[in-house]
Amino acid sequence: MFTDASAPGADVESLWRSARSGRCEAKSCQTRKISTVEAAAQSHTSRDASVQTEQSQDVPCDFQQKVQVDYTGLQSFLQRVEDTVIKELKKNWESRAFDGFEVNWTDQNETVLCLHTLSYPEAQEQNLQVTSVSWNATGSVVACSYGRLDDGDWSTEKSYVCTWNLYRRGLNPKHPDLVVDVPSSVMCLAFHPSQPSLIAGGLFSGELVVWDTSRTEDPVILRTGMTDDTHTDPVYQVNWLPDAKHRNQSRLLSVSTDGKILVWREEGDGRLVLAEGFALVAQQIPRTSWLKKVACGEAAVGVTSLSFSHFDPRVFVVGVEGGYPLQCCMAAVTPALHCTGSSVPLRAPAELAFSPHGGPVYSVSCSPFHRNLFLSCGTDGQVHLHSMLQTQPLISLQLSKKYLFCVRWSPVRPLVFAAASGDGEVHLFDFERSSQKPAVSMKQTAGKHPVYCLEFNMKQTHLLAAGDATGAIKIWQLSSDFTEQRPREVTHLEQLASESTD
Amino acid sequence: MAEVEETLKRIQSHKGVIATIVINAEGIPVRTTLDNSTTVQYAALLQQLIMKARSAVRDIDPQNDLTFLRIRSKKHEIMVAPDKDYLLVVVQNPCE
Repeated sequence: MFTDASAPGADVESLWRSARSGRCEAKSCQTRKISTVEAAAQSHTSRDASVQTEQSQDVPCDFQQKVQVDYTGLQSFLQRVEDTVIKELKKNWESRAFDGFEVNWTDQNETVLCLHTLSYPEAQEQNLQVTSVSWNATGSVVACSYGRLDDGDWSTEKSYVCTWNLYRRGLNPKHPDLVVDVPSSVMCLAFHPSQPSLIAGGLFSGELVVWDTSRTEDPVILRTGMTDDTHTDPVYQVNWLPDAKHRNQSRLLSVSTDGKILVWREEGDGRLVLAEGFALVAQQIPRTSWLKKVACGEAAVGVTSLSFSHFDPRVFVVGVEGGYPLQCCMAAVTPALHCTGSSVPLRAPAELAFSPHGGPVYSVSCSPFHRNLFLSCGTDGQVHLHSMLQTQPLISLQLSKKYLFCVRWSPVRPLVFAAASGDGEVHLFDFERSSQKPAVSMKQTAGKHPVYCLEFNMKQTHLLAAGDATGAIKIWQLSSDFTEQRPREVTHLEQLASESTD
Repeated sequence: MAEVEETLKRIQSHKGVIATIVINAEGIPVRTTLDNSTTVQYAALLQQLIMKARSAVRDIDPQNDLTFLRIRSKKHEIMVAPDKDYLLVVVQNPCE
């Protein structure tokens, strides 16, 4: 019933492939060719061109010829107004209506005030004194030099130059804005007349140094060094001179008790070299009757101070240790005797010797308002008002029983000057108010410490700086009486100058 | 012409007179005894001032008019005589 049989295998064909391939078909697609183009672009071309305004031609236009004048009209106008004008001119000339009338446009400062007392405590600890003060070109910065005037010893003690900006916010009177350490006593200072950051100083050693206060690292930019030309005595005054040939270069003038007045110019490598020089030798001082007995021929005449005339740049007045002021001239040609060893031949500048003080002259000052007047003061406590035209002083005033160290004319009031005295006072003198005693005396120091230097501020004319032996500088604010020129003051000054004593 | 000069000379020679300037209606100086730049300055400034002064006088009272102007300063006295065509400016030192 049952037999072997072989059953054929069932066979199912795979369908997935064909099923899938049935749904798939090959296709191809492509984006269009991307087109690129090279192109160059540039901004518009530039060109250099130079433009200048034309030099304006200052044709001195003559009004008389250019303007068409209707003479008949002008004539009738003048005829009409002449009587009125003449009447008014007469009336005005005779009128006393406004005599003594002073208009008050600004707030009046009635009194002289001390605004600041500036000092550098480290210098005060060493008992250094203020030897010189100077205002800078803008009138906002005051500089002082520390040194010693009371002992004549050679010292190696270091000293300082300090500056304060009075208009700086948070001015600390005991903390200068800048302190420059100097290896020797600084005897005198002078700010550059137009560049506010340059100060020149003369040292006890005879050297001259110029500092630039805007440089923080090493402020020394120029110095003379110690050469054969350098002064052998302390430098007592240094001045900036305008250089006629080189507009932007200045020259420095220094005076010293070795009898030399030297003019220095800037050399490329930060050195000051001698440009010209003068020497005062006793033999070459112009003789006058009172000078005859002084006859120590070869001796140098020590110069302590110098002041240039404000009217003639060649004329200057020096004060000497011999006690008399001398009028000198930059254009002098006579060679100085007994002066050898310097690189430039020295000349003898003295032209006229004025009658002497009772001791060395410490300071001279030429009037900014009159070409012949100057002041001198010295150890006899007197101030002499001189005219350059006569040897005798016009006026001599005993301002102090002690020495007078400094005298300066006011830059704004022709009849006012200030003097620094050895008994610690600053005297303001007004010839209009009194010709005998000071108008105001300000007590600068508590004890009897001398005031050594003072300087009016040329820009802020109500300020006066004075430095003293205690190492402090006081900034005084002057009252309006000393800062505003009165009517007819210059005429009074001329009257003073023309009063001769003989 | 000579008479013009003569009149000006008479004024100029008066006591204390420092300067005389004649300015025309356009503010151009016609005659002067000062240097050019000072004259131009005086002319321009005084011309403006006189116009201002005149309008002030007339604004206050339209029937009124400016006849003369005197300016007293610290240093000088400046007098201006106005007219429709010219201004005469005289600068004088105040009395001694």
